[in-house]
Parts: sequence; structure tokens; C-alpha cells
Amino acid sequence: MIGEWLDIGWLGEIPVRGSRTIPVEGGEEIAVFRTGDDKVFALVNRCPHKGGPLSQGIVHGHSVACPLHNWNIALATGEAQGEDKGCTPTIPVKIDGGRVLICRASTVQAAA
Amino acid sequence: MDFQNQRADDKDPAAAEEGARNGADQREHLVVIGNGMAGCRAVEELLARDPGRYRVTIFGAEPHVNYNRIMLSPVLAGEKTFDDIVINGHDWYADNGISLVTSDAVTAIDRAAKTVTSRSGRTLGYDRLLIATGSDPFIIPVPGKDLPGVISFRDMKDVDTMLAAADAGGDAVVIGGGLLGLEAAHGLSLRGMKVTVLHIMPTLMERQLDEAAGWLLKTALEGRGQTVLTGADTAEIYGDGKVEGVRLKDGRDIPASLVVMAVGIRPSVALAREAGLDIGRGIKVDDHMVTSDPSILAVGECVEHDGNVYGLVAPLWDMCRSLADGLVGKANPYRGSVTSTKLKVAGLDVFSAGDFSGTGGGCEDIVLRDASRGVYKRLILQDEKIVGAVLYGDTADGNWYFDLLKKGENVGEMRDFLIFGQAFASGGGQADPKAAVAALSDDAEICGCNGVSKGQVVSCIAKGAHSLDAVRSTCKASASCGSCTGLVETLLALTLGDDVQSGPKTMCKCTSYTHDDVRREIVAQGMKSMPEVMQKMHWSTPDGCSSCRPALNYYLLCALPGEYVDDQQSRFVNERMHANIQKDGTYSVVPRMWGGLTNPRELRAIADVVEKYNAPMVKVTGGQRLDIFGIRKEDLPAVWADLNAAGMVSGHAYGKSLRTVKTCVGSEWCRFGTQDSTGLGVKLERMTWGSWMPHKFKIAVSGCPRNCAEATIKDFGVVCVDSGYELHVAGNGGIHVRATDLLCRVSTEQEAMDYCAAYIQLYREEARYLERTAPWVERVGVDYVRQRIVEDGVGREALRSRFLFSQSFSQDDPWAERAAGADREQHAHMAQVRPINLEAVA
Ligand code: SRM
Ligand SMILES: Cc1cc2nc3c(=O)[nH]c(=O)nc-3n(C[C@H](O)[C@H](O)[C@H](O)COP(=O)(O)OP(=O)(O)OC[C@H]3O[C@@H](n4cnc5c(N)ncnc54)[C@H](O)[C@@H]3O)c2cc1C
Ligand code: SF4
Ligand code: FES
Repeated sequence: MIGEWLDIGWLGEIPVRGSRTIPVEGGEEIAVFRTGDDKVFALVNRCPHKGGPLSQGIVHGHSVACPLHNWNIALATGEAQGEDKGCTPTIPVKIDGGRVLICRASTVQAAA
Repeated sequence: MDFQNQRADDKDPAAAEEGARNGADQREHLVVIGNGMAGCRAVEELLARDPGRYRVTIFGAEPHVNYNRIMLSPVLAGEKTFDDIVINGHDWYADNGISLVTSDAVTAIDRAAKTVTSRSGRTLGYDRLLIATGSDPFIIPVPGKDLPGVISFRDMKDVDTMLAAADAGGDAVVIGGGLLGLEAAHGLSLRGMKVTVLHIMPTLMERQLDEAAGWLLKTALEGRGQTVLTGADTAEIYGDGKVEGVRLKDGRDIPASLVVMAVGIRPSVALAREAGLDIGRGIKVDDHMVTSDPSILAVGECVEHDGNVYGLVAPLWDMCRSLADGLVGKANPYRGSVTSTKLKVAGLDVFSAGDFSGTGGGCEDIVLRDASRGVYKRLILQDEKIVGAVLYGDTADGNWYFDLLKKGENVGEMRDFLIFGQAFASGGGQADPKAAVAALSDDAEICGCNGVSKGQVVSCIAKGAHSLDAVRSTCKASASCGSCTGLVETLLALTLGDDVQSGPKTMCKCTSYTHDDVRREIVAQGMKSMPEVMQKMHWSTPDGCSSCRPALNYYLLCALPGEYVDDQQSRFVNERMHANIQKDGTYSVVPRMWGGLTNPRELRAIADVVEKYNAPMVKVTGGQRLDIFGIRKEDLPAVWADLNAAGMVSGHAYGKSLRTVKTCVGSEWCRFGTQDSTGLGVKLERMTWGSWMPHKFKIAVSGCPRNCAEATIKDFGVVCVDSGYELHVAGNGGIHVRATDLLCRVSTEQEAMDYCAAYIQLYREEARYLERTAPWVERVGVDYVRQRIVEDGVGREALRSRFLFSQSFSQDDPWAERAAGADREQHAHMAQVRPINLEAVA
């Protein structure tokens, strides 16, 4: 179906073990992560603890350590790991021909 | 026209076509476009089911019979000849009544007339058409890509070109460090060429291998004499009439008489697209390989099935079975394939399978590193099932893991043994690991590196070695590569019960080594990169965690000044952004004010920045300078540019580095001042700013013992007295207040500077990451520091010059670099989404 996915750019624009942000007008900013093994994940850029910008954390394995108080968030599920409890919404993302695409519907939902 | 090369086996297809129309052969006509691996395999499968059902004609663009494309690598390497890799020779076509047209590509399909037309002008009718055109190598669109001597690696013709180039000798460049590129590089270097591999990504074969395995592979290839440049972006290929070299975007030139582009493949869909078939990334097919036109099938690398395209042979076999079943009217839907990869380079065992993304979450890694054997194994488990595997150095169990993966078998029962391989896991699968170790005989070898038997370890424990470290230092078991650490620990537990002493704290959960072990080994073994440390020291995670990565990055930076390239992604946000993150996600910016001094120009620039960027607050810090709050990450480079323009640099208020040098007014103005404390403070700050350290480091200089600069709660404090300078160390004003220890008294400013530099370097080289000077000095003792800095003059001078050498690389203002555009992606959004039409704007 046309328009189901939003094209946000080349995979190469996201640093390995890093992330980039995508502001959504009227909604919550999205963070797109790229891991050491070149997988891509998208989450709302907000830590379930106190709203820290996850995009600025250290990416290790398939987790990111929040820059504010070091909670570890699983990139695939948005779930806080270990003792900490909480969950950040995730957004379906895929790579097609080197382009990174995020799910339009979930982006709208995150914006709502 | 290349009619000369054309060869029609069996009989002329046009004549056969004529015969068919005249009723000589009533069978339906199946025309196959592509005489490659998938096309011929599909015909084989069809013949096996119903040999007489179709009359078959195959068109091939290449001049050859059907050969095994994957064996082109061994042909290039000289391990096989072309004849060895032929799958179906001319007799196969003849025996099965197949018309083969070689060297004649099909150029058009007329779906209405149900005909195909070839380059030489033949037109043939079909009842069923099978498109098996494979892939086209991707050619990066750089200047010079069409020069003679620039080739891809796809067919026998390419191999012939490479062999001719190798005969002429010289240098070759292979662009692309994936499977294909590395096999090409291997073959060419065996054939005597000097080969450079250019890979745009930071690690080789990044689609199949993780960073650790990629690093091992790179090291092995370099050991074989190839040059491997990662992060290498090709700008152009140059040469006058033929290729002479490759120029990289960073300006480097690599001379070459041959350039092999192996950067990827694209499904070959042009023909199908022109015929109006549904195309995605490949020709779209259903579960029986039927395209959007029911009379036309497609198979192999040219197709897209269920959103997937494949670049390996295993899926073709599955596709061909479903296709042939479909052709004879039997339902056997193709459901997609899971693939595994092996690198075909003799002596380098590399295997990878499955996916590492763990989309459902809850993935765990099991990692085994055996540095002495050069082995790295990683299994990715999800819900007790293997979902991915990377093996390097020992791939014997690759197929077993792959089988478990494909079957989705539950491996929970043997989880603890899984990584040791099939032999071990099936033998001891149900057993308790402790029982397995207990059952070992006394002369069973525990430590392979040092040849220590179980009996020796047990007796050494019995004689009083009650910790891992004690065992390591007495009988040497587990003291070398460490891969038997688990066994030794089990023996400790078995022998001592609950009396085992837990050793010093390990660095983090990724390793069984301590900070001190890691630092010592980095220097002793001359390690140069993070993947190297993780491999050689048996890290149990693929790429570390947020606590070991910053530490390793610092240790390497400290050990290799000017050489090690800082890893931004291993830095805590503040150091990566060169500003302090605040609770709302904005940043605070603190420009350096040397020794707490400022002037109207600086103050004006700060005032302007506060207004221009609407900073909600500006505050005098406890470190004698100004802090501007509430700056957005997007605005940071512009803020820095404005501050730089007034001559200010980063204050590193965010860094594990020198923070401030606090001063008092001193002899210049103060009626009690004994020396120029302000001037000395400025000099100290000029010498030490920008240095990375285990933790933050603060200095103060007071002009007299009244100590208005609070020098006695600083990491390094100077209290000026009439006769000179008292040097104080290891103070802390934070969580636990600690007053300094007096290190010594010196009589000149220069000495105060020299001692300070030496002391900082000692701290930089010996303290553990995140250990401030106060706990460090308490741990090692102030006497030790005094001995190294005060008593050992030669050692002090050596420390001082190492510090100054390292400073020669670290005093570039990070703000200036960012303001000039470095790491732009850290500050800019990747794209924006506007909800009106929900468009992403990149
Ligand atoms: C800005 C400032 C407070 C102020 O407005 O005055 C400050 C602010 C912070 N301090 Fe501090 N400290 C500031 C001077 C101090 C001082 C006083 C001094 O340097 O003379 C101390 C006690 C002296 C000392 O360090 O021994 C101090 C002891 C701490 C500590 C406890 C350190 C310890 O070893 O116990 C921390 C926590 C840490 O580092 O882990 C801390 C951590 C912090 C952090 C970085 C907290 C954080 O991680 O986010 C605060 C950052 C706020 C920000 O974004 O700017 N800050 N902090 C001061 C900046 C000085 C500068 O110009 O760079
Ligand atoms: C050097 C090398 C090493 C490889 N190693 C491995 C490996 O180790 N493991 C693995 O699984 N895979 C490997 N592969 C990939 C594997 O070879 C392919 O997946 C496989 O060959 C794909 O089969 P195919 O029939 O789809 O395409 P091909 O085998 O490429 O066949 C397509 C054929 O169609 C012909 N053709 C194209 N267009 C036309 C036209 N219009 N008219 C007539 N003919 C046309 C082409 O000339 C070609 O002969 C390797 C590939 C290469 C090049
Ligand atoms: S004392 Fe330091 S760390 Fe604590 S709130 Fe104040 S600035 Fe923040
Ligand atoms: S806001 Fe993320 S850990 Fe506190």
C-alpha cells in the first residue's frame, strides 16, 4: 500500500551505535537508533522514567542507556530492563534499499 | 553481432518452433530466460517430476553451459578450473531435448503475442515463460567507473579479466568488503597482486558479522598481506584511457591497474519491467513463483517474494521445488528462506546465520571468545530458541546451530552448554555443569595455555589458593587466555564449598577482568581498538555496555595519544555533545574563563548569546565562571561559533577532564598575597585544559595560607607561601569532603607546573576509570605518589613529558570543530514529520 511508510533518509545518516531524532509537529519526537550490528529501531524519544531524551544515550547491544539516570531501555520493545519498570512506545521501522522507513500510522499515534 | 559465438544445442530453436507449429511437437513450450543457477535448477526439478510435459528452450546471455557461480571464487583462487564447476554440460541439454541458445540475451517480451525476442533478432513463441535473469552488480556512480580495468565479480568473463590482470602483475583495489569482495581480494592476492580492500562501513561484512568477528577477519586479512581500509569512501576512479588508481573522499590515492567493484547486487528486472510485470525490489511472485501474469514465472535472485529478495543459492533450491510442483499442478507453496553465509577463503572460517535484530525483544546473547585460538562465537537466543549465530575461527558447529535455528527448536535444556558445540551439549545436555567438572579425572587438562591439570589446580587450592587470582598466581591456570576461568571457578567452588573468596570487582558484567587487568593488558599487548580488547579479553557481550565502553575508550586514548581515534558513541552524552544535559533535555554551556578572569569582550559575547538564543538563565558557577542554560542541541554549534568569535573555548564543564582552575587575587592586588596566584592559575589551566582523565579534575591556586581559592579540597591545589609553593593533592569537596595531603614544597613556579603535569599523568595512567584522585590516592597511598613524583626525578620528568606529548593532541577546541561543521549529525534532526499531510521531510 502506498504511503504506509514514511521515508526518513539513508541508513548511513545514522551513526553506528548512535541515533538521530525526528520531530513530529504537534507530537512527540521520535528517536531512530542504529546498533553495532546495523539493526534499526525507532522509539518515542522519551525515557519512561523522567522523560530523558533516549536518543542521547549510549547504545550497547540492543539497548540504550538513558542519559539522565542510566536506565537501560530495550530498543526492540521500549521496555525498561532489570529492576526498573516502564515502557516507551516503539514505532515499526524497516530498511528498504538502504532507506529507513518508519510506520506512518504509529507516527500519527505517537503524535496524538 | 556475435552470431559467431552463438551455439544452439540439439537443434535450431527457430526450426524447432516451426516444427512445433506444424504439429510435430504438441507439447506446451516453456521458454527460460537465463541459463544460470536458478533457471537450470528449475528445469531439472521439472524434469524430475514430469520429463515429457514441456518442450524447453533456454536463453543464456553468457557463452557457457550452466555452471556453479559460487565456485567462481575457487576458480579465481586457482583451486578449481572452469571444467570442475560445470553443473550441466552440453550432453545434459541434448539428452533432455532442451534447446540452449548461448550468447544471446533476450531483449523483449511481448505478453500479448506470447513471444520473446533476442538481441540477435530471434523471436520465439511461448506457452509458459520463466524469467531467471539473476542480478546485476551494482556500480557506484563515481567518475571513472567505465574505464577499462574496472570490473565487477559476477561471471566467468570477470574471472578471466582478473586472471589476465594478475598475470600482468601490479596493484588491485577491491571496492566492497562483503563476501564477494573478500573472495575476490583473496583470489587476487593468491595470484600475486598487491590488494587493497576499500570498505565504506566501519567493519567488514557488516551485514553478516558483528563488530568483533569483523575485526578478527580484518586482522587476519591484514596478516595475509592485504591492506584493508574501512570507512573508505570512494570519490573517483582515475586514469588516462585505463584505470590507474582510486581516489578516496579523504584525499588518499591508491594506485591500481585493476579495480573490482563488489559493493552489492540488484535484481535484474529491466526486461520484466518493460513487459509490464509487477515489480517491487524484484519481480513480484506468489508462493509458486508465478508473476502478475499467470503465464510467466520467475525464480532466483531476480524475484521478490513476500517482500524479500535473496542473494544466496539456498533459497533458489526451495523456490525451484515450489515452482516445479506448481508447473505440474501440485500445491507446495514456497514460504521464504532463512539463510546462512560462509566465507570461502581457505583457512578463514567464518559463518553467520539468521537475524540479530530480535524484533520481538527479550533477546539474549551467549558469547564465547578464545583469544589464543582466535575463536569468537556468538549465539542470539529469543524465547529459548536460536535466532542468529556468528562463528569465527571455529565454524564446525555452524550447521548444527543453523539446523536448530531453522527448526525453531527449544534449546532451554542445553543452554549452558550450547556455545561449546554439539559434541559437548548433546553429551552433557541434561547434566549439572558442576557435576561434569567433578567427574573429570585428575589428569584432565584444565588450562591449555599453561598445561595445568585438574589435579594440580585442586592441590593448589588445597594449599591455600582460595581465590581465582591466587590460583592464577600459584599454578598459572587461567592466567593466560582466561578461557578456562569458568572451569577454575567451578573447581574453587567444588573444593572450598562456600569459602571461595570473591576476587576484586570486575570491570562490569561484560568481563571477568578488573579495571587494572584490562589497563595492564592494553599496554602490555599493545592493543589498539575496542573490538581487539573485547576479543583478547573474552568480553561476554558483543559490544560492551554503557559502563565498560567509556572506560575502554579512555584507556585506549590514554595509552595511544595521537593514534587512537576517539569513539564518540562510547562517550556519555555530555562529552559527546560538549555541553551538560539538563533534566528537560536542553544543554548548558560553560565557556572557559582562564583562572576565573574575564573581560568586557567575553562578557559581552556571553550576554549576546543569552539574548540571541533566549537562554532562560545565566549563572555564576561554583568554579568561577558563567553557565548559560537552556540551549537546544540544534543551536549548540551556533552558540559555540559566537563564543569562539570572542576568543572563548569550551570549559569542559561536562568532561572527565580538567574542569576549572580556581584562583584568588594573589600578590598582584591582595595585601596578604605572597605570589602571583592568579597568573600561576592561568598558566596551569593553559597547560592542562582539554586533557581527558579517569574522572573530573579540579585545580586551585591560593595566594596565601588563608586559602580563598579552597585549594585544599581540590584534586591538585597550590598554596603560595613566602618561600615558594606548597603542592597539595587528592582533595575533594563533593560527596565526601576530603582535605588534601601535602605532597611537597617547591620554590619556583616552573617546578609547581612540572610537578602538576607529572602528577596528572600518573593519575591518568594508573587510576581506574571514574575514580577521582581522592579515592585513588587513598588506595595507593600518598607515599607511593610522593615516591613517584617527588623522589624519582627521572620518573617525574618522563611522566611530565608524556603528559605534554598527549596534550599536544588534545588542545583543539572541540567547540571550534563542531562550529565548523564536524559531526553535524549530532545536532541536526534526521527528518521532520509534518502532520498536515504527514510527510517526512529529510
Ligand atoms: C554548575 C555547577 C554548580 C553551580 O552552578 O555552581 C555544578 C553542576 C553540576 N555538578 Fe558539581 N557543579 C559545580 C561545581 C562543583 C563543585 C565546586 C567546585 O568545583 O569548586 C563541587 C565540589 C568540589 C569537588 O568536585 O570536589 C562539585 C561537586 C560535584 C559532584 C561530587 C563530586 C565528588 O567527587 O563527590 C558531582 C557528581 C559527580 O561528579 O559524579 C557533581 C556533578 C555536577 C553536575 C555535572 C551533575 C550532573 O551530572 O549533571 C551538575 C551539572 C549542572 C550543569 O548542567 O551545569 N558536582 N560541583 C558548578 C560548575 C563548576 C564549573 O564552573 O565547572
Ligand atoms: C563470485 C560469487 C560467489 C558466490 N558465492 C556464494 C556462496 O558462497 N554461497 C551462496 O549461497 N551464494 C553465492 N553466490 C551467489 C549465487 O551465485 C547466486 O545466488 C546464484 O547464482 C543466483 O542464481 P540465479 O539463477 O538467480 O542468477 P545467476 O546464477 O546469475 O543466473 C542468471 C543468468 O541469467 C543470465 N541472463 C541475465 N539476463 C538475461 C537475458 N536477458 N537473457 C538471457 N540470459 C540472461 C545471466 O547471464 C546469468 O547467466 C556467489 C556469487 C558470486 C558471483
Ligand atoms: S549540587 Fe550540583 S548536582 Fe546537586 S543539584 Fe546542585 S548542581 Fe546539581
Ligand atoms: S529519565 Fe531516563 S533514566 Fe531517568
